[in-house]
Amino acid sequence: MTPLDPAAGHLLRDLAPQVLGAVIRRYRDFSAAEDAVQEALFAAALQWPQQGIPENPRAWLIQVASRRMTDHIRAESARRRRETEVALDAAAQLAPPPDAAADPAEDDTLVLLFMCCHPALTPASAIALTLRAVGGLTTAEIARAFLVPEATMAQRISRAKAAIKSSGVPFSLPAAGERAQRLAAVLHVLYLVFNEGYVATAGTQVLRPDLSTEAIRLARALHRLLPQDAEVAGLLTLLLLTDSRRAARTGPGEELIPLDRQDRALWDRAAISEGIALLTAALSRGAAGPYQIQAAIAAVHAEAARAEETDWPQILALYELLLRMSDNPMVALNRAIAAAMVHGPAAGLALLDALDRDPRLAGHHRLPAVRAHLLEMLGDRVAAIRHYESAADLTLSLPERNYLITRAARLRSPTPNP
Amino acid sequence: MRYMLLMTGTCAGVDHYRAWSEKDIQAHFAYLQKLNRELTGSGEFVATAPLAPPQQALTVRAGKDGAPVTDGVFPESKEFLLGYWIVDVDCPERACAIAARLSAGPGPGGVPTNMPIEVRQVMTARTADLT
Amino acid sequence: MSATRATMEGTMKYLLMMNTMRAGQGVPQWPIHDLHAHIAFMRALAQDLHHAGELVLAEGLTFPDQARLVRAASDGTPITDGVFPESKEFLAGFWIVDVAAPERAYAIAARISAAPGPGGAPLDMPIEVRPVAGAPPPEMLRDVENQPTATTKR
Repeated sequence: MTPLDPAAGHLLRDLAPQVLGAVIRRYRDFSAAEDAVQEALFAAALQWPQQGIPENPRAWLIQVASRRMTDHIRAESARRRRETEVALDAAAQLAPPPDAAADPAEDDTLVLLFMCCHPALTPASAIALTLRAVGGLTTAEIARAFLVPEATMAQRISRAKAAIKSSGVPFSLPAAGERAQRLAAVLHVLYLVFNEGYVATAGTQVLRPDLSTEAIRLARALHRLLPQDAEVAGLLTLLLLTDSRRAARTGPGEELIPLDRQDRALWDRAAISEGIALLTAALSRGAAGPYQIQAAIAAVHAEAARAEETDWPQILALYELLLRMSDNPMVALNRAIAAAMVHGPAAGLALLDALDRDPRLAGHHRLPAVRAHLLEMLGDRVAAIRHYESAADLTLSLPERNYLITRAARLRSPTPNP
Repeated sequence: MRYMLLMTGTCAGVDHYRAWSEKDIQAHFAYLQKLNRELTGSGEFVATAPLAPPQQALTVRAGKDGAPVTDGVFPESKEFLLGYWIVDVDCPERACAIAARLSAGPGPGGVPTNMPIEVRQVMTARTADLT
Repeated sequence: MSATRATMEGTMKYLLMMNTMRAGQGVPQWPIHDLHAHIAFMRALAQDLHHAGELVLAEGLTFPDQARLVRAASDGTPITDGVFPESKEFLAGFWIVDVAAPERAYAIAARISAAPGPGGAPLDMPIEVRPVAGAPPPEMLRDVENQPTATTKR
């Protein structure tokens, strides 16, 4: 099989959600439409390298998917619901849908995103379905991204589609009253997808799709669809700024390098400029939401040419703002670090004492990790070593464990840090 | 969250298993196959493998020149891994529930073997949550 | 075990296990230089196996204090308070390799065993090598019954 060239591959992935939206509008069956569109995408991947890309690729895909849908409906006609029988009468012709060019395709991508990130789904389901239906990744690609067999991922996607069906979610934008909450769910899923991309490779996982890049791509698409939404811009900025540090955050042996020791010459300045411009525009629209605040914190770091020049008082103020919005213990930990940078490590440590009683942090490695860091700042080597080791015992991340053990070892050695 | 579920036994236990009736051995095997299919259906299956009997286990160290030095003698009571499952689940309780299913596999006469299953969380290669 | 039957590609799978942790054991407290050497060694091993097409899976496990021993209650629900034997050697990490011959699996295991530890000295860990069902039985045990030790240099 001649492989699809990268440009055609990108085209297919961009069209996938638009085609899916159009087919769902016509046939009102998300699950069957998703299967039909997958088949159409597969047909395109087979035929376009030989026959060339059609003049109207979206119409081509919609036509092929529609054929699959009518085949499917004929096979299932005894069990179709009333709306679908009506659609069947109207759609019995195999001519391309007349409105293919005028389809409100952009709206459909947005509707799809809302559907795939519906709160009824578990995060893992929402992530898998979003990457498939909106991201246009194949099941195999998503399976590789999450290191599970393809059959397992196929079932996850299937079950996600079934959950959507049984939740009765209509194929339309959420009602105004629900909108903010549903959008927050979408932003959260994109954030999780981005997070999944933070993997050490040891050169052994080169075939995995880059989930961080995919999350940014989807966040950009969302921003294009909702250009006035400041939180969407905030999330996109946060992802851009975080990703801008990608080249600097692991060393040659793939060891983790913390923010204060990264080589800032390796930060992606273009991504930083883009992010800051987006954020500035978003913040001008009024009261900032949590993603904008997190983006603003990232921007303060990004604007410091050297770690020593970081405007920590501003970061501290931003974390306090964020904490007032949501009682998140991870934010509280970060605020403790910022407080230490502004008022000294003892102040930061005092804030941690309150967190000792927070059940959400019980058994979590970050509390001892932050405590160790502050104790190190304070000069209490013995206690810092002990807490680095506790954190290393608790963390689930191998690179993080190596980092924490190494920090303890560095403190244990008699020679000072270079 | 990924977990490794370990099914262990001794050489004596394996010998005892081989003395089960053919029907009981097949029933146990079928039970595990059914569970594997269910785990794929639930989107939780990552990997499983049965291991060759512990009588074929070796330990290996490096000799003076780095070449392998093998040893195949173990105490009678040594617990060997018989098979493992790797599952990707939403919470630790689910990993334990799957382990209980493994434990309840049928033995002679269909009575659940009730063997102990070790549940271990697998570490992730994820670097860190957004540093 | 029936006669040797390799996979279609002519290779066979082995599970290599580092059963090197005891209850209550935590992170190594070695000097930093030795830690770096150990981490680099393991990383180089994984890369070499990957480039040779021999690496199927390599994972590390969390520490023994987080391990659970689970049995089924009579109604099938999990009982999670099982107690491990005090002397139990817990699995710390494992590799599944797909190799052309058993000797290659033993060579990889020997390499793992000699990973550097404190002072740069080889740790000399006993690496348990198990054929994944379908792989050939280890040759050296074919004729061995009750000899107290059996070592083979290859």
